[in-house]
Amino acid sequence: MFGANASHEWAVATAIVVACVLVLFVIAVPFASIVTWVERRVWARIQSRVGPNRVGPNGFLQWLADGIKHVCKEDVIPDEADAPLFKFAPYLVVLAFILPWAVMPFSSELILADLNIGILYMTAITALTVVGVLMAGWSSNNKWSLIGGIRSAAQIISYEIPAGLSIFPVVLMTGTLSMQGLIRAQAWEPYHWFIFANPFCFAAAIILFVSSLAENNRTPFDLPEAESELVAGFATEYSSMRYLFFFMAEWGNMFIAAAIIVTLYLGGWQVPHLGFNLAVINLLQFISFLVKVLVLVFVSMWIRGTLPRVRIDQMMSICWKYFVPLGFINMIGTAIWVAFFPHGNRLMAMVMFALGIAIVAAFGWRVAYFTRRSRMELYFHPTI
Amino acid sequence: MTLNMGPQHPSTHGVLRFVIKADGEVMREAIPDVGYLHRSIEKIAEKVGYHGFMPYTDRVDYVCAMFTNQGWAMACEKLAAIEVPRRGEYCRLIAAEFNRLASHLLTVGLMGMDIGAMTPFLHALREREMINDLIEELCGARLTFNYMRIGGVAWDLPPGWREKALAYLDHLDPILDEFNALFSYNKICVQRLANVAAISAKEAIDYNLVGPNLRASGVKWDVRKDIPYSVYSDFDFEIPIGSGEWGTIGDAMDRYMMRIREMVQSSRILRQALTRMPEGPVLAKVVRNFRPPAGECQIRVESARGDQGWYVVSDGSSYPWRVRVRTGSFAAMGIIQKLSKGLMIADLVVLIASLDVIAPEIDR
Repeated sequence: MFGANASHEWAVATAIVVACVLVLFVIAVPFASIVTWVERRVWARIQSRVGPNRVGPNGFLQWLADGIKHVCKEDVIPDEADAPLFKFAPYLVVLAFILPWAVMPFSSELILADLNIGILYMTAITALTVVGVLMAGWSSNNKWSLIGGIRSAAQIISYEIPAGLSIFPVVLMTGTLSMQGLIRAQAWEPYHWFIFANPFCFAAAIILFVSSLAENNRTPFDLPEAESELVAGFATEYSSMRYLFFFMAEWGNMFIAAAIIVTLYLGGWQVPHLGFNLAVINLLQFISFLVKVLVLVFVSMWIRGTLPRVRIDQMMSICWKYFVPLGFINMIGTAIWVAFFPHGNRLMAMVMFALGIAIVAAFGWRVAYFTRRSRMELYFHPTI
Repeated sequence: MTLNMGPQHPSTHGVLRFVIKADGEVMREAIPDVGYLHRSIEKIAEKVGYHGFMPYTDRVDYVCAMFTNQGWAMACEKLAAIEVPRRGEYCRLIAAEFNRLASHLLTVGLMGMDIGAMTPFLHALREREMINDLIEELCGARLTFNYMRIGGVAWDLPPGWREKALAYLDHLDPILDEFNALFSYNKICVQRLANVAAISAKEAIDYNLVGPNLRASGVKWDVRKDIPYSVYSDFDFEIPIGSGEWGTIGDAMDRYMMRIREMVQSSRILRQALTRMPEGPVLAKVVRNFRPPAGECQIRVESARGDQGWYVVSDGSSYPWRVRVRTGSFAAMGIIQKLSKGLMIADLVVLIASLDVIAPEIDR
């Protein structure tokens, strides 16, 4: 029935779907878990501890041990809890973490579905987390959980606005919502990335990063699960695998948030045009994408290891008094910019690129300075 | 909404309980409920005798047990008019000041943890571990020291200890700067602590606050300077008071910074004490069946948590007739109900941490 050409196309399409599903299940779920190990090691280094180092080489299999432990534990559902909602909430949170991977642009070919509303779908689906968290907080029938859930709802909904406004500038410049379209509008050279396109985009990228920290309940915005105030926030009553689901989703969402920023502002999977065959190029693109995302994930771990938590009213005022107006300014500014320079301004891109390099260099120098200064010099060997 | 915070809650520093009447995130009132860690330590004193009570004093405040040791020893010495050898006093002072450093390091670290930053806590504990190592060499214990005896201290400084201690002080001073750079002057930290739960000088005196909490409100009162005991009058040090440079005088930030500044002063005292150490015995001759003459005495010690009072009544037998310990944490608990009106739940955690209450010291 099918011609030779058609069957070839079918084979390619099937191969892509299979590869994507494999990537999803080989990368998405374990990634969220492995990132816990990375985070614990990074965090331990920051805090001058050792961190998990017993299970596997350098404790690499710690996540597996933790997972097995959690599965084996008793799943406690409080007597007074609203059982159906209580049971369902973690799945909703995990759903909100699994679905965005469908439009995750790993490389030019490796994408499950290049929706023409990709980025919109991404923001809409990740916001689903709030329903799960609120459900968990309400159904636990615990006041601390409820406060955690309400805080989370307030926080995620508020920060959706600056995050959404920070996506607009890029959409204005490219005129597309598709993840692949956004990446194809950039190039591998950093000065072709949208973060350096104009000053408004630069500000928007930073706002997007901070907002994504808030949306994922990361420090300094980890109020919904503030362990010193709310015990464990919305997850107080959860145990066993359901508890694990919340945290897997949290760590997985870090990847997704970083992927959104990389796609929009940091050139996505773009690599130099080298004459390799399709598979090699795709592999290189995949690595390029992953490295960029992991750098952002590392930065968010670093922030978690450094900063205290803000108070709820401060968090709200950061969002509504600073980020939302700034987001609007960025949007309008970019609109005007696009009207004047429909194809971008090469000079400004270069200037912004130089500025970006200068900021990173100054920051790196400061970090190196403090690392040198803060080296521990003294160790008493206890004699008794 | 009535919230029950504690007795098992991560930020209540042991077993405290607060009944919080809250309107959303804002508290109408937080009523402290003390008594969860009452172990009748004062009553035990009446049954175990003067020497035997020394290990129990460690448990009055396990974070700075040297001061409770010292308070009890000084009370007994005052009752029986025992003269402590000069080197013994120096050993006491050095151990106590190191203990003050350890206690304040824990406090500033816990402040970090309570506002959500783990790293300052672990960095502070890393430094505290070294003090624990030093004290372990000194007396064999890391938490409940039982180092002092009636009439002096149990052991002299071990050989080489002085050099180690001085090396540690050289190490600590830059670490405090680093700690400030990491945490104290962090924008979020200042925003969280400044202007939170400010206590005026009058309020602080009315509510009987002592120690760093009182000094943070601008009242210059320190037992080490004003009623000098032991050999504190030999040394040159300053009493830092709250300046309100980040917000109002006596706010949580002032109380927090008070601990950092006191660590600098403790380090100063320790340097002087370690270099000027006299020779001689460390323990006076005290009979084993210690029977002070009938009478009563009141002793004041400046512990890490403030003016600690020891009131001992002797009836001439080998058991004290009555012992009473007056501790700073209990007084600090009293003011929480007043300050908590209009604060947020997150601020209550800051307030508890900044008042530096230690649960066993509240109840004894």
